[in-house]
Amino acid sequence: MTQSIQDYLAQFEDIPGTRVFTAARARRGYWLNQFAMSLMKPENRDRWKADERAYLEDWPLSPEQKDAVLARDYNRCLDLGGNIYFLAKVFSTDGLSFLQAVSTMTGMSVEDYQAMMLAGGRSPDGVRSIREGI
Amino acid sequence: MMARITAGIGSSHIPLLGVASDFDKTGEDYWRDCFAGYDWTKRWMAQQRPDVVILVYNDHASAFDMRFIPTFAIGCGERFRPADEGWGPRAVPDVIGHPDLAWHIAQCLVLDEFDMTIINEMDVDHGLTVPLSMMFGKPDAWPCRIIPLAVNVVTYPPPTGNRCWLLGEAIARAVESFPEDINVQIWGTGGMSHQLQGPRAGLINKAWDNRFLDDLSADPQRLRRIPHIEYLRETGSEGIEMVMWLIMRGALGPRVRQLHRHYHVPASNTAVGHIVLEKLT
Repeated sequence: MTQSIQDYLAQFEDIPGTRVFTAARARRGYWLNQFAMSLMKPENRDRWKADERAYLEDWPLSPEQKDAVLARDYNRCLDLGGNIYFLAKVFSTDGLSFLQAVSTMTGMSVEDYQAMMLAGGRSPDGVRSIREGI
Repeated sequence: MMARITAGIGSSHIPLLGVASDFDKTGEDYWRDCFAGYDWTKRWMAQQRPDVVILVYNDHASAFDMRFIPTFAIGCGERFRPADEGWGPRAVPDVIGHPDLAWHIAQCLVLDEFDMTIINEMDVDHGLTVPLSMMFGKPDAWPCRIIPLAVNVVTYPPPTGNRCWLLGEAIARAVESFPEDINVQIWGTGGMSHQLQGPRAGLINKAWDNRFLDDLSADPQRLRRIPHIEYLRETGSEGIEMVMWLIMRGALGPRVRQLHRHYHVPASNTAVGHIVLEKLT
């Protein structure tokens, strides 16, 4: 290995507006992601839709994780170890597309976000590095 | 005659492309240019008629959850069904495997010091079925056998680009020692630039993506050395999927000819990239 794991991981903290799904996040979010995965099954989706809070009682999520899921605060879910491909099971159950759900994390309206994508997406200029501001 | 790899394909595997195909939306304004870039490939594929496609992709929390995270996994089963990703399985044909070749490759790779996870049963998600739709359209059955090769690009660290390249080289050695006269293609899927999470979501980097497409034929050795942090900074958190293209490129050997190329923004949150490379001997 040419680079220490500490240096490898430290770089990820320098990317603006991005939570890289590191081992630390994967460990913290294990049950949050496994809960989300359970929504792959139609019978579980029905139970979830009937009473979300009761459904979460079966899963050993932290109170913060439960609140973040119930609030559909996806940035908070990411902070608490959620991964977007797992969280996708939650927003898909809500009937949201990736574009609709992803836009909620950007502080933009879905219309403005969609317009940005149609115009070529978000430029990387200025959002590559917190430290260097490039 | 031994088996031979004749060509490689790179393609995005955005789930919404599958939706557009399945629900016949490809003629709509939003989709027309995006899908038109695959017309050439559909015609070319009908002439090439590969016997087997080794399809490199990543699972998106469909067959694999957090219980186990294989870095490189090869599907050795007879048949793989489209996964229910939360809204019912795609109405596309089952994927028919090639267990003889898949097990041959798996065994060769382990002896070649790539310690593969072997999968006999799994469902395959949009990462695998969307490229099939883009290359073959909507047939009643896929016109070739398919060997799924799944790569972890979700939980960090994913494999390095160089490791992916070396795996591709090892796959090529394995295919060339399979004693059947069959035409094999290898596809690398995912990408191009996109970020599906956080305040920076929606990032697209056309210049970077196109340099990557250029250098698949012009300077592939540069691509092997791109570190993960560069993919993350320049192409968004999900742009890391492009390391899977390097398995495809590594399998084609030193010289290739670009036959076709397509780049389009956007499809959903993502830049669509597609390339067809012929292996030169």
